[in-house]
Amino acid sequence: MKKSDIRVGVLRIEGTNCEQESYDAFKRLGANPEFVHLKQLLHIDCDKDEKRDVFDYQCLMIPGGFSAGDYIRAGAIFAARIKSKLGKDLEEFVKQEYPILGVCNGFQVLTELGLLPGLDVVMKSIPDACLSINDSNRFECRPTLLKHENNGKCVFTRRIPKGDIRLIPSAHAEGKLLFPLDEQELYLKKLDENDQIVFRYVNPDGEYAGYPWNPNGSIFNIAGVCNYIGNVFGMMPHPERVFYRFQHPDWTRSEFSNNVGDGRAVFESVLDYVCKKF
Amino acid sequence: MYEAKVTIGLKKGVSDPEGANTLKALKLLGFNNVKEAKMIRIVDLLIDGESKESVRKSVEEMCQRLLTNPVIHTYKIDIVKK
Repeated sequence: MKKSDIRVGVLRIEGTNCEQESYDAFKRLGANPEFVHLKQLLHIDCDKDEKRDVFDYQCLMIPGGFSAGDYIRAGAIFAARIKSKLGKDLEEFVKQEYPILGVCNGFQVLTELGLLPGLDVVMKSIPDACLSINDSNRFECRPTLLKHENNGKCVFTRRIPKGDIRLIPSAHAEGKLLFPLDEQELYLKKLDENDQIVFRYVNPDGEYAGYPWNPNGSIFNIAGVCNYIGNVFGMMPHPERVFYRFQHPDWTRSEFSNNVGDGRAVFESVLDYVCKKF
Repeated sequence: MYEAKVTIGLKKGVSDPEGANTLKALKLLGFNNVKEAKMIRIVDLLIDGESKESVRKSVEEMCQRLLTNPVIHTYKIDIVKK
């Protein structure tokens, strides 16, 4: 399909706050994004012409923010509301290999939904991962360096060469990825075998390093993972905030030949994928 | 009517930065006798139900589906008839 025909649903509820940049990223690349309030998909409190279905879109994005005030746990309420009526639709959406991106709070929602890490099933009824409170017990907000580790499974990073280090800002208080404590090694092994590890936090020398380079204490320095199919991807840092090179913190100090920011490839990659696949 | 009190804590081995920070602050205030601080969350629910058992079953499901994440949390349910 043509890029301009790709409908991207940028989902929001109360407390979502990164939807504009997320929308802009897709729009600037020539796709056809749309803000969609969850109520429009649940068909609650909206007019007939505002009603939407999951399959009206070829790509869904859950942007960052503090959905429902992060009550209970970050992302838990957004996930519960989605599951209440859309669980089956979303599962089918993923099975049909349509892509879903979750950034920051979106990653937390995908985890609470049981869509990530998605080791062998599309959607678990009970989550098997958690994005827990940062080790520092603080909101960590600064540029972070991510090494791309994926061999091509993840449809959101195919434009990024393996081993590339990207500067993508983090801004979260709950980003520490955890798996069931007695099975951590098994999960990591499976993630590695399935090529599901996408980004890991590194220091400026490209080494896997602890705090502050890893802002949250995430296991194995993981910043982003995809499911076993490669079409559901969650990451804590914000690629939509470095769409242009001048959004990088060093833009006045360094010379750059083009205005491509380090996060743009995430959006370009998924649009490439949808164009080819559907 | 029943009142269910759900006490949600962290599993052994899961780090508790809120508890650790609270302990640190208490010590800074001079409470050197404090050895441990853990953060727990309590959810109080008023529930209609036929019996204590059926209410417990229902609250168990709430814990599984929303109130806790089994990767990091433990929970205890106490139910009293109102």
